[in-house]
Amino acid sequence: MSDSSRPLSPHLQVYKPQLTSMTSIFHRGTGVALSVGTLMLCAWILSVAAGPEAVDCFNAFAGSWFGQLLLLGWTFSVFYHLCNGVRHLFWDAGKGLDVDTAYKSGYAAIIVAAVLTVLAVIVALA
Amino acid sequence: MSLKSPIGRARGLGSAKDGLHHWWMQRISAVLLVPLSLWFVFSIACLVGSDYQTVVAWIAAPWVAVSLVIYFAALFYHSQLGVQVVIEDYVHGPAKKLISMYLMKLAHLVLAVAAIFAVVRIALA
Repeated sequence: MSDSSRPLSPHLQVYKPQLTSMTSIFHRGTGVALSVGTLMLCAWILSVAAGPEAVDCFNAFAGSWFGQLLLLGWTFSVFYHLCNGVRHLFWDAGKGLDVDTAYKSGYAAIIVAAVLTVLAVIVALA
Repeated sequence: MSLKSPIGRARGLGSAKDGLHHWWMQRISAVLLVPLSLWFVFSIACLVGSDYQTVVAWIAAPWVAVSLVIYFAALFYHSQLGVQVVIEDYVHGPAKKLISMYLMKLAHLVLAVAAIFAVVRIALA
């Protein structure tokens, strides 16, 4: 058996983007982003433990346009990773693996994540 | 290039023996994180604009403090399991892989201990 005859992974540059591949890549992307986001989470809880001055400092950053942008991105990432993760759990159980259901659940994950993000923003601004 | 067939090269090496454990722990922590993440994000959204004492009182409530410790433990555990796979996929070379894996796991341990220590300190203050 020669190595050259083995199937190649799709070349991303010439491979047509599909919902199924994009939701998969985005799952990993949001996962890594959320791992980095734990730094902000730690900064928050440690600032509360340190005292009111530290919290003021944290709030100044979190309240800046850059901080707000990060928080919005992480909020969507949490909900997307959560919804798409539930999709993966169903696949692990052998359910919803056909192409039609995989597309429907993909759209559902994106829509539910977007709705939850909007809800969280409304609660935060209320 | 070895003249051995791929199956010949793989035979006898055995599996890493912990692939299923990694997969299973990732699922167990994921299931735990579903309700905890929803609870955490919406609780924090509710706390936006609250004064310092309100935030401290919320964290210090026994059921909240316990939930936060479980949440942080599950979160950092799940996070390092996920980033481990990313490093395995994209970081090549045994030395680079070993060093980046070690630093990544160490960073997760430090952050997890710091976050949990902060919750305990606030709760017991």
